Amino acid sequence: MHRFANPARFLRLAAVILPWTAIATVLLLGAGLYLGLIASPADYQQGETVRIMYVHVPSAWLGMACYSTMAFASAVALIWKHPLADLVGKSAAPIGAGFTFVCLVTGSLWGRPMWGTWWAWDARLTSMLILLFLYLGYMALINAFDDPTRGARAAAILALAGAVNIPIIKFSVDWWNTLHQPASVTKFGMPSVDPAMLVPLLLMGLGFTTFFVTVLLLRVRSEIIAAKIRAIRLTQIHASSSQVAG
Amino acid sequence: MNLSTYFDMGGYAGFVWPAYALTALVMLALLGTTLRTLRAREATLKTMQETLPNRRGNRPAAPRS
Repeated sequence: MHRFANPARFLRLAAVILPWTAIATVLLLGAGLYLGLIASPADYQQGETVRIMYVHVPSAWLGMACYSTMAFASAVALIWKHPLADLVGKSAAPIGAGFTFVCLVTGSLWGRPMWGTWWAWDARLTSMLILLFLYLGYMALINAFDDPTRGARAAAILALAGAVNIPIIKFSVDWWNTLHQPASVTKFGMPSVDPAMLVPLLLMGLGFTTFFVTVLLLRVRSEIIAAKIRAIRLTQIHASSSQVAG
Repeated sequence: MNLSTYFDMGGYAGFVWPAYALTALVMLALLGTTLRTLRAREATLKTMQETLPNRRGNRPAAPRS
């Protein structure tokens, strides 16, 4: 773990990984879109609206996966003062917020024709909305302090406290009576989705994941450069103030 | 396959296509803002390093000439 704490080592590793994740994203999303929008059949109950699943479900997975990444990075930052961990958390948050927003809106667009309502205050939908608010709170908090390390610390504590929401989202469909259907891909034994639909769904899920990794690596690289700029500015201020004092 | 029946999505075009359009929009916006910020920061750092060759010595660069 600590071998990757070195920003220079991270940047070298990221430069090697980035082209592959970028190419994988294009290929996976291309194949997923072809199978999802053209080659796969309509659902016998839901008709063509089932195609919303290929963007709705992966964005829900990624909304939760980004949060888990952010919470894990926050724990590492708080416990080991890992210099890159704060940057990973800060970089993951907007991506996760974007996917969570997509999940909520596409869910609404799917719910209207199939459930007859855009929104219901049931457990799955409400806990997903709370996830969006946790992301927004984290992003506001990490930028709310003049001292970036204080902001990162406060935001990391929020991210860890909010992590309790992740199992609540996952199991909400089992613990409470909700309008939302229970899990069908991660069921024990065989998933209850036909392969013609499961394959594009998994391709889109993988494509969203490699997209997340690509954008995350770019954002962390960007944050490392921002930290360098801040450090140079500080030495400039230090140099000019010592000249005035001398 | 008839294109207009395809785009009609069995009467659900108003739900299916906005879902895909929004997903594409959010993902492209995330990638776009990320790349724009990254390039701006890279440019700032480059100019800083060019104008400050002596920063390790903690003093401003002596004027050449």
